[in-house]
Amino acid sequence: MKAAATSNHANRAVEQLHANAHDWTNQCVKCGYCLPACPTYESMGVESASPRGRINLVKLAAEGKIDLQKDLTEPIELCLGCRACETACPVGVPYGHILEAAKEAIGNRPPSSDNMTKMKKLALVHLFPYPRRMNLLGSGAMLYQKSGLSNLVRQSNLLYRVSPVLAHLEQALPAIESPAKRIRAGTLIPSKGATRMRVAFFTGCIMDSLMSRINRLTIELLTLVGCEVILPENQSCCGALHSHQGEAKQAKALAKRNIQAFMQMDAEVIVSNAGGCGASLREYEQLLADDCEWSGAAKDFSKKSKDISQILHQLGPLPFTGEYHGIVTFQDSCHLRNVQKVQTEPRLLLQAIPGITYVEMAGFDRCCASGGIYNLLHFEESMKILDEKMNDLKETRATTVITVNPGCQMQMSIGIQRDGAANHIKSLHLVEILAKACGLN
Amino acid sequence: MKKEILAALGQIIPQERMFLDLAERYCYSYDASFGEYLPEIVIQPKNAKEISELVKMANLHKIPVYPRGSGTSLSGGPLPVKGGMVLDLTLLRDKLFIDRENMLAIVSPGVITATIHQKADEAGLFYPPDPSSSNVATIGGNLLENSSGPKGLKYGTTKEYVIGLEVVTPTGEIIRTGGKTVKNVTGYDLTRLIVGSEGTLGIVTEAIIRLIPKPQSQKTFVAHFNHFIDSGHAITSILSSGILPSALELMDNACIRAVENYRPSGLPLQAEAILIIEVDGHPLAIEEEINKCADICKDNGASYVKIAETEEERQTIWSARKWVSPAITQMGPTKISEDATVPRNQIPAMMERLQQIRDKYELNLVVFGHAGDGNLHPNIITDKRNKAEMKKVELAVSEIFEAAIELGGTLSGEHGIGTLKSPYMEMELGANGVIMMKKIKEAWDPNNILNPGKIFAEKGQTKVVLLT
Ligand SMILES: Cc1cc2nc3c(=O)[nH]c(=O)nc-3n(C[C@H](O)[C@H](O)[C@H](O)COP(=O)(O)OP(=O)(O)OC[C@H]3O[C@@H](n4cnc5c(N)ncnc54)[C@H](O)[C@@H]3O)c2cc1C
Ligand code: SF4
Ligand code: SF4
Repeated sequence: MKAAATSNHANRAVEQLHANAHDWTNQCVKCGYCLPACPTYESMGVESASPRGRINLVKLAAEGKIDLQKDLTEPIELCLGCRACETACPVGVPYGHILEAAKEAIGNRPPSSDNMTKMKKLALVHLFPYPRRMNLLGSGAMLYQKSGLSNLVRQSNLLYRVSPVLAHLEQALPAIESPAKRIRAGTLIPSKGATRMRVAFFTGCIMDSLMSRINRLTIELLTLVGCEVILPENQSCCGALHSHQGEAKQAKALAKRNIQAFMQMDAEVIVSNAGGCGASLREYEQLLADDCEWSGAAKDFSKKSKDISQILHQLGPLPFTGEYHGIVTFQDSCHLRNVQKVQTEPRLLLQAIPGITYVEMAGFDRCCASGGIYNLLHFEESMKILDEKMNDLKETRATTVITVNPGCQMQMSIGIQRDGAANHIKSLHLVEILAKACGLN
Repeated sequence: MKKEILAALGQIIPQERMFLDLAERYCYSYDASFGEYLPEIVIQPKNAKEISELVKMANLHKIPVYPRGSGTSLSGGPLPVKGGMVLDLTLLRDKLFIDRENMLAIVSPGVITATIHQKADEAGLFYPPDPSSSNVATIGGNLLENSSGPKGLKYGTTKEYVIGLEVVTPTGEIIRTGGKTVKNVTGYDLTRLIVGSEGTLGIVTEAIIRLIPKPQSQKTFVAHFNHFIDSGHAITSILSSGILPSALELMDNACIRAVENYRPSGLPLQAEAILIIEVDGHPLAIEEEINKCADICKDNGASYVKIAETEEERQTIWSARKWVSPAITQMGPTKISEDATVPRNQIPAMMERLQQIRDKYELNLVVFGHAGDGNLHPNIITDKRNKAEMKKVELAVSEIFEAAIELGGTLSGEHGIGTLKSPYMEMELGANGVIMMKKIKEAWDPNNILNPGKIFAEKGQTKVVLLT
């Protein structure tokens, strides 16, 4: 009886996958043009770790030729979701959507006691959607750093023995600001000088709690170039992690909440400063395309979403006050480059900083393997790719590496730590270096 | 797979380079052509010795062996049609040595062709064969398919550059053919026999390839023609005027429309043909040549001629050609890519035949290609789920082959025979021609172990079968 129920459930998941993704997988002509772009194909060297292999496996699973759980789970879970393959594909196969559909189908299984799943669920369902809880996490982390407990833990190597992943992440945590400095939701921050544009700022859940300093600096930079900045109340997590982990329902609910929160604000642009969040805001249009009640609003919302680098570049030049000395390089955030298609603006902004020596890094467009929470879930695979990246980074002799996404920034810090280079290479968010050059702190 | 065979394999290859699980086997069941065949096992060898032992073992147990590069073949070359083992050769990539003095490169077969282009370029040298898949395909795959691209017209195909090989024979011996000298007439030319043999006569484990001095500069121009026949005359006039362009590419009206629809870039929708011509060499010489080419086009009725003055303009001209592939796939999910080739004075005749075939079967048929060497790429865009249309496609493909051969041409200029064109071999070579080839295969591979099911048609197989 139970077996029958399970297999019914599995059949439904397969049917759903077929309905959602089979046509997309059929677009793939198996030319392999995406292979050289894929970091996991390079590091693992097997076709099942390549985009072409994965797309074909999703197709076979949708046709019922292979088993969703037994055969598809691993190849899909090992994908970084960086979507470099999409940029490389000459026929425009929408890999991101195929991946999400596959994750949904895999996640759509009868409840299991798998630990990893529990941990993911815990964070996704109970943490990220709730700003208050995330704030608490941020405050807790700050307390932890300030109290000196963190030094003790670091020295004792305790955490490393418990979990190498958490240990690395712990070291990579940025210095956290006191919650008192955090700008409250619902506030309107006037521009400095004449107002040229009214923008609404998307704070993002991780950015807001762990990296609130970057959010504050983002807002200050925006006001410097003449933006009036609104922080809509009731905004929530963008839903990227949910989409990527196959929790489409929750992702849609979060999208609607954000659309509602932002569209009342009458802003020209919705600015975000995390490549991953920005990408998911841009994709609300597709996410809600079949929802006749919401599709129009979603389309408007997506059209208005811009990355911070685009706005600063558009309204620039920035009023720099000092020089920045040192060699600086830029690591593209995959979702900024491959989904939002933004790549020149951050570079132009960096090159404009007085005194800077800008160097391009080999493989700048290759994922650093932070991949949302990939580095937590697949530590070894992630570190293998990251260590390669560190070799490229060292080649540039850069003293600062810039990213536009918190995950990437932390991942670069982890790489620098692993490499023992922490005292001569820094990992900064684009906003931090620009703010510094404008005399903000 | 039987336990004792697995145990024996385990003696040769470590577990982590041997794949038996269904997902991984399915990942090696395809290439860029048609068909899906599940191998029993996938193995990633790392050197000639491992391959030699694997092949010997395969002979002992009569297991088919399928060598595979990046799986971009358009003719079914690496498909494991009879199951057995796929040897993924992409891990054989440790050697890429540029010998500047002898103007050679010594390479492992798994090296990606574009990497050779780049390394040669860094040494001030040039490796001309440039299939458009060169960022993905392995040099091993290029060698075994004797691949080429736009540069084939002036510089020839892959086989003109291979002068020595290390090969594991179908019975597992490791032999060397040719060497490092450009001239070599010692015995039969096994190097050339292996090149283009589509992995049926041996597994290449190392290759010595010739490099040439890098051309100093290049110039490009584009010409539009309202009448197809005029573009044909322009091509023959250019080639008989003593100029040998380094590329001479053609797009037909259906291509032009597809590209313009996909990336509007101001292409002439009424034109029946666009020619893109590039010359390379000494800056002064090519200046004169390009102007002469442009004049010839004008004399032959070109409605528009533009010589690129800057690198940017050059890229713009080429981008139209580059968009062809993505543009035509917007017209349908299935693309049947043919490469029938005719003597170049027959290009206008071949174009006419293609047009008739398109009208007769009412198919989406577009033509582009390397017009300078007669290598056309008729592409049929369809949907393989549409069974009725696929039947028509099968008939149309047969007619394309017939047309090419009647005009004195060949089934395939560069993509190879594989599984897709094997039924037509006799049409081009005659029964005795095919028998001679089969004899060679039998002499090399008495157990029919290496890449069986390719090049030669199965009994009773007379037509291409696209419906499975
Ligand atoms: C979009 C696209 C564009 C293309 N453009 C061109 C083009 O312009 N010109 C052109 O000529 N081709 C073109 N091709 C076809 C294809 O890329 C070439 O045939 C290429 O050489 C195949 O290389 P591969 O590494 O993918 O080999 P595979 O496809 O894996 O194998 C090709 C054949 O070689 C054999 N093989 C591979 N390696 C070895 C080895 N080391 N020893 C023995 N046998 C081996 C295989 O058994 C198979 O028969 C194109 C393909 C695609 C998908
Ligand atoms: S590049 Fe696109 S069409 Fe080609 S194999 Fe990859 S996904 Fe498929
Ligand atoms: S998303 Fe990134 S890791 Fe995943 S298949 Fe595409 S290129 Fe590879």
